[in-house]
Amino acid sequence: MMHPALLVLLPFLGAVVLAAIPRQPVAALANIGFSAGGFLLALALLALPREVEGLLHLDALNLPLLLLSGLVGLTTAVFSAATLPAEGFGPRAGRAYHAAFQLFLGANHLALLADNLGLMWVAIELATLASVLMVALHRTPAAIEAAWKFLMLCGVGIGLALFGTIVLALAAQPLTGGGAASLSIAALGRVAREADPALMTLAFVFLLVGYGTKAGLVPLHSWLPDAHAEGPMAISAVLSGLLLNAALHAILRAKAIVALNPGPLPPGALMVAMGLASLLLAAFALWRRRDARRLFAWSSIEHMGLAAFAFGLGGPAAMAGLLHMLGHSLVKSALFFALGRAIVLKGGQRLAAIGGLNLSHPVLGWTLALAILATAGLPPFSLFASEFLMAQQSVARLPWLALPLGLGLLVAALALLRTLQDLCFGPATADAPGAPPPALGEWAVLAPAQLHLLLALALGMALPAPLAALLAEAARIAG
Amino acid sequence: MGFGQLSYDMAHLLGGGVLLFSFVLLYQRRLSGVIAAFAAQGALLALAVAWQGWAQGAPGLYLTALLAAVAQAVLLPLALRRLVRHLAVQRAVEPALGIGASMVAGVALVALALMVVLPATAGAGLQAREDLALALSVVLLGMLMMITRHNAISQLVGLLSLENGLVLAASGVRGMPLVLELSTAALVLMLAAVAGFFVFRLRESLASLDVSALHAHRGEREGEGA
Repeated sequence: MMHPALLVLLPFLGAVVLAAIPRQPVAALANIGFSAGGFLLALALLALPREVEGLLHLDALNLPLLLLSGLVGLTTAVFSAATLPAEGFGPRAGRAYHAAFQLFLGANHLALLADNLGLMWVAIELATLASVLMVALHRTPAAIEAAWKFLMLCGVGIGLALFGTIVLALAAQPLTGGGAASLSIAALGRVAREADPALMTLAFVFLLVGYGTKAGLVPLHSWLPDAHAEGPMAISAVLSGLLLNAALHAILRAKAIVALNPGPLPPGALMVAMGLASLLLAAFALWRRRDARRLFAWSSIEHMGLAAFAFGLGGPAAMAGLLHMLGHSLVKSALFFALGRAIVLKGGQRLAAIGGLNLSHPVLGWTLALAILATAGLPPFSLFASEFLMAQQSVARLPWLALPLGLGLLVAALALLRTLQDLCFGPATADAPGAPPPALGEWAVLAPAQLHLLLALALGMALPAPLAALLAEAARIAG
Repeated sequence: MGFGQLSYDMAHLLGGGVLLFSFVLLYQRRLSGVIAAFAAQGALLALAVAWQGWAQGAPGLYLTALLAAVAQAVLLPLALRRLVRHLAVQRAVEPALGIGASMVAGVALVALALMVVLPATAGAGLQAREDLALALSVVLLGMLMMITRHNAISQLVGLLSLENGLVLAASGVRGMPLVLELSTAALVLMLAAVAGFFVFRLRESLASLDVSALHAHRGEREGEGA
């Protein structure tokens, strides 16, 4: 008997089991097993009715994100097993790492599935704590600074999001009569029209800034590059691929509720402003990076800003936003897989340390090159399709915003192309002596990255009719 | 409900007391004073939540109050005090913004909270509005403390006091589901546990609790390795 809750319970069970396995290679294989189970359960969701079930719900908006999350969880578990020798964890850190990985996946699924805003908040909080733990694992001063900043900034962000949740419940409470209904997304959607407009707007501002912190939106984005750069390599992939999406999904739920209400400030306008600010700041920041993982983390800020912009525009642009979230998760995690291996081979993550990868390691180099091209939004990958659709919508509906949007896209794409030139072409830098070969073989790094790129390519070429219908339905929910 | 009614006056008094201790937190010059003020804030918070439980006839809130009394008023301060003693850190608070300036900024933030909340909640009950304004002030003052202090323990106390404001906000809303209050209180504890762990590690690797000493490790400057 399939129940959506299984998708949450299996990773939590996995976390308990993995915390008890002392031998790291065994734990890594078990981690793959649990993640594969999670992926199969996510696939089984397709057969379930799309309805509210207790505190959980399944609809067209969270279904594609859950499928993606199952897939990225599985491929990252494979990549993580491959890079385990290079991470060099002690016995306790190894156990904590694997347990936190599964805890993170379970919390992430719960955040997507929750119909109750309080439960969603708890899940995002849990995912944060699990990822803070993983970022701190290397215990270098830089890792500790990154984890401390992550914890403090996201602590504030999560606090503001909870305040917004409370205000939303206060607005809905006279209409729902209190109790669990005043936090249920479905129930809030039914009463949002009559709720107090000023309170709804106030709630949305707090939810946007609060969850925006976790989604890496300006102004509370500065934890993101450090957290991506200092944790274990596999974590960069899940942070960019899954955590940011879960936070943006929470904002979308809040927006869908508040947009029904004739408030003094339309939620879409706020999202457009924050999205554009993130895009522009990140596009220029990309030029000043010297650390490869920080650079691509800034690119995640850019893409989250783009998605927020699209959702803020709403209508057909919301579909572009969803496609952008899916495409970004796929190509950015592929990029971090390939980059993680390149960092191990070259023995450093400064841009200057990695160069001429196509000469010294052709397959890895070309995989990384394609991933960077896809991230820069070049055709035929799916980010091109979504960015094109966004630009088209912007020109048609808010022409004066098309200029900053186009400027941001162009500046960011050029920065990434320059990085591509440095990393993959040009003179090759020397390999670090004694870089450990990936466990399970070279394929365990390359296959996940190439699979992601292939999927992003397929999404960019043509949307299959059932998926297009699903995304259109989801865009309608997100408004 | 308005002035002159016991239930309203008490709720107002206790909520105001929680806010007052946010200011007390701001002008402490020694870490031991910061921790004592945080403990007092936790105790007042427990009283305020318990009073809300009585006024709203919601027995679930007594449990939240008990949690606040045990965690924020006793366990967390004890743990923090232990950390300070164990690490033998500098006992003085190192403010990035002077104490006078912090107080002025604090007053401005309270005014901001009132200006934001009171017009927005004109439709809600009087008590709910003022509770919300008080709670938002506590949240903002917690953020101010996190911004204006370099010391890792002071920043941590700022975050914990911010969470106190959230518990105050949650308890003031009639019919707020209990799930949330319980999880808030439980997660405050978890956050502190995780953060305390970091503070230990900070000490090990840097022999200092001053977070600004860490900025050299950002890896963005020329010639720095990763």
